[in-house]
Amino acid sequence: MHPTAVNLYPLLGVLVIVAGFVLRFNPMLIVTVAAIVTGFAAHFPVERILEAIGSGFVKTRVIPLIILLPLPVIGLLERHGLRERAQIWISGIRAATPGRLLIAYLFVREITAGLGLTGLGGHPQMVRPLIAPMAEGAAARFGKLGDTERYRIRAFAAASDNVGLFFGEDIFVAFGAIVLMVTFLKEAGITVEPLHVAVWGIPVAVAAFVVHSLRLRRLDRWLERRAQASSETPDSPSHAATPANGEHA
Amino acid sequence: MTILLNYFFWLLGVLLFVVGGIIVCDREHPKRFLAGGFWILYGVVFVVGDRLPAAVVGGLVVAMALVAGFGGVTGGKPKVRTESERFERAKQLGNRLFAPALTIPLVTVIGTLLSSHLVFGGMPLIDPKNVTLVSFGIGCVAALALACWLTRDSVAQSVRESRRLIDALSWAVVLPQLLGMLGLVFADAGVGKAVAHVSTTYIDLDHRFVAVVVYCVGMALFTVIMGNGFAAFPVMTGGIGVPILVGVFHGNPATMAAIGMFSGYCGTLLTPMAANYNIVPAALLELPDKYGVIRAQVPTALIMLVVNIVLLNSLMFL
Repeated sequence: MHPTAVNLYPLLGVLVIVAGFVLRFNPMLIVTVAAIVTGFAAHFPVERILEAIGSGFVKTRVIPLIILLPLPVIGLLERHGLRERAQIWISGIRAATPGRLLIAYLFVREITAGLGLTGLGGHPQMVRPLIAPMAEGAAARFGKLGDTERYRIRAFAAASDNVGLFFGEDIFVAFGAIVLMVTFLKEAGITVEPLHVAVWGIPVAVAAFVVHSLRLRRLDRWLERRAQASSETPDSPSHAATPANGEHA
Repeated sequence: MTILLNYFFWLLGVLLFVVGGIIVCDREHPKRFLAGGFWILYGVVFVVGDRLPAAVVGGLVVAMALVAGFGGVTGGKPKVRTESERFERAKQLGNRLFAPALTIPLVTVIGTLLSSHLVFGGMPLIDPKNVTLVSFGIGCVAALALACWLTRDSVAQSVRESRRLIDALSWAVVLPQLLGMLGLVFADAGVGKAVAHVSTTYIDLDHRFVAVVVYCVGMALFTVIMGNGFAAFPVMTGGIGVPILVGVFHGNPATMAAIGMFSGYCGTLLTPMAANYNIVPAALLELPDKYGVIRAQVPTALIMLVVNIVLLNSLMFL
């Protein structure tokens, strides 16, 4: 082995990232500095660094498109009470709790992602306007909920979308990750069938559903305890979303 | 006529121009020129980004990072309806309100499934290279039309509402793209090779179980750093997976690839570098703690990493 054959200096970029997040600088600044440092470490001239940053940024324009394009619709619907409607609807279902609702969403998200329908969920178009308000609305049955509880329910709504998506999409044969794996192994001289890679992912996908569902059930029990504790201290403010005058009676 | 992905980039660019313009004209906004300028610059990337020289775009990105990095992108005071007004509207409109929101995923899926049949006069309606994204874009436009009709509200109002949400998201919305860019720069500069070199030189991989653990944990850790399992996979699989797990211990490569990638996803659940999954939702859900979503995911991710190690060790060598 020739240790000198590999230039280890680009690892400085990784160091900038880790140090930047630990020291809590603004992430945009950290990432830009890391890109510049990495470029210098690889002996790129300034213009080549700017070119690398610019072409990388243009190639990845799809990512913000998915976040930003639904915003006009979602914003307009929120103005007309979409999130409130989601809370009213879910409070009409007696069996609903935040945990059970999110387990159901996790299940649907994972199954549909496994069938290649990853577009059925997502944070801007599903979690913010529908799933998170529904989960909060379902928590009304526990009674009084403070900000801590509401924020935790919302965080779990986002987490359930992520877990469902990640562990579901990888068992879809035509998914990009599987194509990437098969192509990479082929170049390394190993032939595998995409279907085999997908099938071997299934035990993990099942385990992820079980693990996260158990945590969502614990979320329900935690909410119940917190609600009981706060109902014993009568002055705590209520944030529970109770729909007005018997909408669901 | 074929609907191309570029049309939606242009549409988004125009939206960002208008939102930036509204902010610049908002005299109550504390930093209206910096914040408005930030979104207008960002709009430029969408409208002409692919036609500008790459170095110019790189300069724009550095300028945006400086504005955001030193606190220039703050939000204004949003004018929102009171909660009781929104409850009133929610009761008037009923469950019909869900229809436009569900239109986006529905059109995305239908467009994706039917795209190969939607050919008119020899021209595909949906750009075959970007079927899902173009269908998603069509879904967003269709949903907006339906929402305006349903609520008897205007497109102009929807732009004002977008401004409210974009203000709330702030620079978090640019971060995922910036990280994607960083991944490409890392690849260009050979960071992956350096990591593989370090991990194979300094760790003793003679024991099968140690090698399995190093592969899974390495996938997760490298994904934490890169924010993306796709970036970690070639590095760890080329460095440890293929030469050691398959080459020395004769494991099943399909199992290794599947469970290795899932180990990377455990890392994705843990890292602020996967900003579009972890930081953007925290901003969208208006959580005070920008790591709140990550905190909710930590136990699931760590348990799943252990599950992955156990499954890989028992299934790979059957």
